[in-house]
Amino acid sequence: MLNKIYDWVDERLDITPMWRDIADHEVPEHVNPAHHFSAFVYCFGGLTFFVTVIQILSGMFLTMYYVPDIENAWRSVYYLQNEVAFGVIVRGMHHWGASLVIVMMFLHTLRVFFTGAYKKPRELNWVVGVLIFFVMLGLGFTGYLLPWDMKALFATKVGIEIAAATPLIGEQIRVLLAGDPNILGAQTLTRFFAIHVFFLPGALLGLMAAHFIMIRKQGISGPL
Amino acid sequence: MSNQRVSRRQFLNYTLTGVGGFMAAGMLMPMVRFAIDPVLTAEAGGDFISTGTSIDELSDVPTRVDFSYEQVDAWYTSEVTNTAWVYLDESQNVIALNPTCKHLGCTVSWEGRESDPNRFFCPCHNGLYEKSGKNVPGTPPTAPLDMYETRVSDDGILQLGQVVPNTIAK
Repeated sequence: MLNKIYDWVDERLDITPMWRDIADHEVPEHVNPAHHFSAFVYCFGGLTFFVTVIQILSGMFLTMYYVPDIENAWRSVYYLQNEVAFGVIVRGMHHWGASLVIVMMFLHTLRVFFTGAYKKPRELNWVVGVLIFFVMLGLGFTGYLLPWDMKALFATKVGIEIAAATPLIGEQIRVLLAGDPNILGAQTLTRFFAIHVFFLPGALLGLMAAHFIMIRKQGISGPL
Repeated sequence: MSNQRVSRRQFLNYTLTGVGGFMAAGMLMPMVRFAIDPVLTAEAGGDFISTGTSIDELSDVPTRVDFSYEQVDAWYTSEVTNTAWVYLDESQNVIALNPTCKHLGCTVSWEGRESDPNRFFCPCHNGLYEKSGKNVPGTPPTAPLDMYETRVSDDGILQLGQVVPNTIAK
């Protein structure tokens, strides 16, 4: 049945070459944990991507209930967590996944560093990877405010003070982030929400595409 | 023992598809259940709400009765005001009609257009209803106006309940 549907589409659109470009490529022996178990360290990049997919999915579902407004943000989070079926699990996936992304990304970075995979000709991929790291930290920082509880509020106060300590343009950065020179409130929350669900994910998708296209183009680096 | 041998490749394909499907389902099931929760939540039957209007004030002409109640909308609780058009029929029964037009949900009012006396009128698409709530043929509505369940308290105050289909329009 599925084969017939696939054949029907393939006959018209010739999708097999595209599919092969994406998925059908050899995994070298030195990165295959089935050959050398220690090669599991090569899985961290894929695991980062896997957790990122979970973050995007769970985040999409959370926005069905969440409101980025100072009157309702905390109450909507309380509602989705305590009244909606599986609310604890969906929010829990997003909460724990956020930390897990950072952990996996860090391990992936260590692997790339210690195997020397960043060296010529893969320097640009390292640069894009570092940009992804910054985007992920930005997602963590902006997402932390959204539940609008005391921890979120004061963590963001501290974060904005740190950003405002930038030489010369500190005050401008503060206003750009908080939306107001003095208040951390209504405008801060909507800004952080917009950055968290639109701007940074958009940047992240572009950077990840570049990351993956480069690794397919250049291939995985050789054994140690 | 079947004669159809399962090749190593087939076996791995089935196993990986099964395990992958199981993992994907474990990931997606909570999220989908989370999303469809409002559809599966049972609707609570409402209580009767006191309108503050005494039945002595009612006549055989529909009068507008506004009544307020506290509406809990997920995390947002607010005071909501609804309207009923209330009159007494020939045998002095209280009739309370819901003013939501059965065409596309606008709000009708009694004698809302001067050229149509003794009719409920909907301004959106000129829908008309008779006093019983029966829709006038040739106008957009296709069903009679809904009614409220009614009750009269011991001290003669009108109370309104759930909205139910019209039972008096013939």
